[in-house]
Amino acid sequence: MDGLLTVSDDGLYCPAGDFHIDPHRPVERAIVTHAHGDHAARGSDHYLTSAEGEGVLRHRMLDGAAIQTVAYGETIDVGGVTVSLHPAGHIRGSAQVRLEHRGEVWVVTGDYKVAPDPTCTPFELVECDVFITECTFGLPIYRWPDPEEVFGKINRWWKKNREEGKTSVLFGYSLGKAQRLIAGVDASIGPIYCHGAVQKMNDVYRGDGVNLPPTTYVSDENAPEDWSEALVVAPSSAGGSRWIQRFDPVSTGFASGWMRIRGNKRRRSLDRGFVLSDHLDWPHLNDVIDGTGAQTVYVTHGNNDSFARWLQEEKGLDARELPLRSQYDD
Amino acid sequence: MQAFAELYRRLDRTTSRNAKIEAMADYFEQAAPADAAWAVYFLSGERPKRLLSSTDMRRWAAEMVGIPEWMLEESYTTVGDTAETITLLLPDEGGSAQKTLSYWVEERLLPLRNEDETVQREEVTSIWRELGRWERFVWNKLTTSGLRVGVSQGLTVRGLEAYSGIDRDVLTARMMGDWSPTAEFFQNLISEDTSDADRSRPYPFLLAHPIDNDVHPQEVVGDHDRFLAEWKWDGIRSQVIHREGEVFIWSRGEELITERYPEVASSAEALPHGVVLDGEILGWKDGKVLPFGMLQKRIGRKTLPSDLMEDVPISFMAFDLLEWNGDDIREWPLRARREKLESLFDAGRHGPSIRLTTPVQGDSWDALADTRADSREHKTEGLMLKRLDKAYAVGRPKGNWWKWKIEPYTLDGVLIYAQRGSGRRSTLHTDLSFALWDDDDELVIFAKAYSGLTDDQFQDLDNWVRRHTVERFGPVRSVEPEHVFEIAFEGVRRSNRHKCGVATRFPRIKRWRRDLAPKDADRLDDLKALLPALPDHVDADE
Ligand SMILES: [Zn+2]
Ligand SMILES: [Zn+2]
Repeated sequence: MDGLLTVSDDGLYCPAGDFHIDPHRPVERAIVTHAHGDHAARGSDHYLTSAEGEGVLRHRMLDGAAIQTVAYGETIDVGGVTVSLHPAGHIRGSAQVRLEHRGEVWVVTGDYKVAPDPTCTPFELVECDVFITECTFGLPIYRWPDPEEVFGKINRWWKKNREEGKTSVLFGYSLGKAQRLIAGVDASIGPIYCHGAVQKMNDVYRGDGVNLPPTTYVSDENAPEDWSEALVVAPSSAGGSRWIQRFDPVSTGFASGWMRIRGNKRRRSLDRGFVLSDHLDWPHLNDVIDGTGAQTVYVTHGNNDSFARWLQEEKGLDARELPLRSQYDD
Repeated sequence: MQAFAELYRRLDRTTSRNAKIEAMADYFEQAAPADAAWAVYFLSGERPKRLLSSTDMRRWAAEMVGIPEWMLEESYTTVGDTAETITLLLPDEGGSAQKTLSYWVEERLLPLRNEDETVQREEVTSIWRELGRWERFVWNKLTTSGLRVGVSQGLTVRGLEAYSGIDRDVLTARMMGDWSPTAEFFQNLISEDTSDADRSRPYPFLLAHPIDNDVHPQEVVGDHDRFLAEWKWDGIRSQVIHREGEVFIWSRGEELITERYPEVASSAEALPHGVVLDGEILGWKDGKVLPFGMLQKRIGRKTLPSDLMEDVPISFMAFDLLEWNGDDIREWPLRARREKLESLFDAGRHGPSIRLTTPVQGDSWDALADTRADSREHKTEGLMLKRLDKAYAVGRPKGNWWKWKIEPYTLDGVLIYAQRGSGRRSTLHTDLSFALWDDDDELVIFAKAYSGLTDDQFQDLDNWVRRHTVERFGPVRSVEPEHVFEIAFEGVRRSNRHKCGVATRFPRIKRWRRDLAPKDADRLDDLKALLPALPDHVDADE
């Protein structure tokens, strides 16, 4: 890849402005699309992120990290390159990076979604010449149901478990997904308890002024007589651990785009899979790419080969896989 | 269809046997008999075969939603199931599926058999548009792979029992053999009147447990004198029925095979009325049993050239009597059944092609072991040991019958995966994985085998595999569970590496059991029963 952005050993690099975007190793200047581990590496000298994302990023980075912020849409000059950040709708503070240099516009999406999410600013379409997009769910089998419908299912599942005397344990990524879940469920059904990793991020979101219903940190001191009324929100890594045993009998659910495929639910022996993703589905992915007007598209984070082939053959775009050397593990 | 799709959803959402039984009972409660009959059919693992091709269906779906075939195959690789891939690709919106399950099967699916592809395609895409998303998935499922929702015939019977209150043994017997999923079938199935009208009906076969060769039978089954010992004949387990002037021969695979063995059928006419014999079909010539390979020439042949009948004449070796004077006598102890059976032969009430198995005598386990050592000379697989004081029970109750075979061990497994071989056989699917039934009535792999079939058989199987692939994972294809193979092996040991918990030593295909259906395959418990009681040293290297 050659032009305004190239690929270095550390990740995406802009030679004209001398900065990296989402480097996976510490660098001098890093623009960070959002605070997830596969996008924000600790130890860089200097970070630039969206004003909305400062709280979560600061929480995730080393103490005293130098973090500069810009409001969505505000432009700044970095070494002669005009840089602005635009809402990506993925999690709190997530941003697309728009670069303008010598009349050419590039956009790097980071992770993004177009579905509504009350915990962050909605996605905004940005026109560009070169579009570097994630394609986590870049297959036509991935189409998301309306989130409201999904929350209706989660609520009904919680109520039914309550009636049957089972604790509802809902798994989801601790930053972003968990808060979206907590904000979206009907908190009048019962108390909400959270795993430590989730509760910490809840506090950061609340500090940002995001309205979340009350949640309690799961601990021996806070344990209720009977867990069965509760919804427990936890990262999926807690699923196989002893931590979960205290809630027995449980019904387990997992909220993720991967739950669209039944085998993913079965393999994890979950009781329920809820199709709720912080990435965008196939039709929206195609719409967004059409909407940007970009003629050159780099794809990453998914079935890159086949999605690039699709864009070439079906849309006649100059599309290829972003030749990143690191392996994303999100 | 909505009710049936909802049943599928409930079965799919639980792993509890009781919850599944309850879901089935609820379904039968509200279903019309014609729909309930189809539900029983699909729940027992049946599906209308050779009707639509999975590959065609995927292609039609790709055309319908306007994606290239390679993109569909990418999606299929990710999902791993044809029915689900199609459902995920098609638009979520659909019709309301007001019509019943029997309508969607009888009026819409079955008429597509033998239609050309254009007609099939037009009709299937129209069905997809008419059905709602979940109903469409269930319809695709029963069209492509069968339901596969963790329910076996045994569990279906429990659901029927919970709904109808009819004893499960009665239900099992009524579900044996050939039946068509019709309203009438279902009504008879749950009929209170247990003097069943259908006079062709066989009884469920009593099956034997193996005795491990490394232990003394005394330790496993106790004193020898409680048992009747017989040769374990190497043929086709069958029942010969003579009722109201008609003869029926059933294989253990619940196939009606009367016409294939006319020698036995005509001999059976000499039997008194209301008699059911249990025994083994054997190739028999000049007073001696023929090797199984010879018998195999007759299996599956419906037309019988006279030279074949001369080369491989058939006899039925009777060893048990299940019905006498039209009465079900399975509750009698074996001693009494055997006496009655012998009296029938003493009276000469059998034709020339029906024989009585002679008990093997021995006044101690050691004497019986000596006799058993001669099994190969007698062209038998070892000895059967049957408790003289026990009834002829349903299924495989522990302790009634034992098979004490000479080495090696053999079990009947269902082919579920096939992979291309290497070298000379790299164009054929010769690396085969075989599975047994576990406690949840799911098939679990227990052995992989590469050898034991002839080149022609491998060729046949390869053709079949290509046309009956359900899922593909790289070079491996999962196939419809349809074919049963007898797998021989030298020994077993515990293994954590194998999902079934047991590793077999030198497994190989002994023969293709075309006479058995998947549900007749052996169970994982049969394999586990072969394990030594204590873990052996070999476990350390796992
Ligand atoms: Zn992310
Ligand atoms: Zn990511």
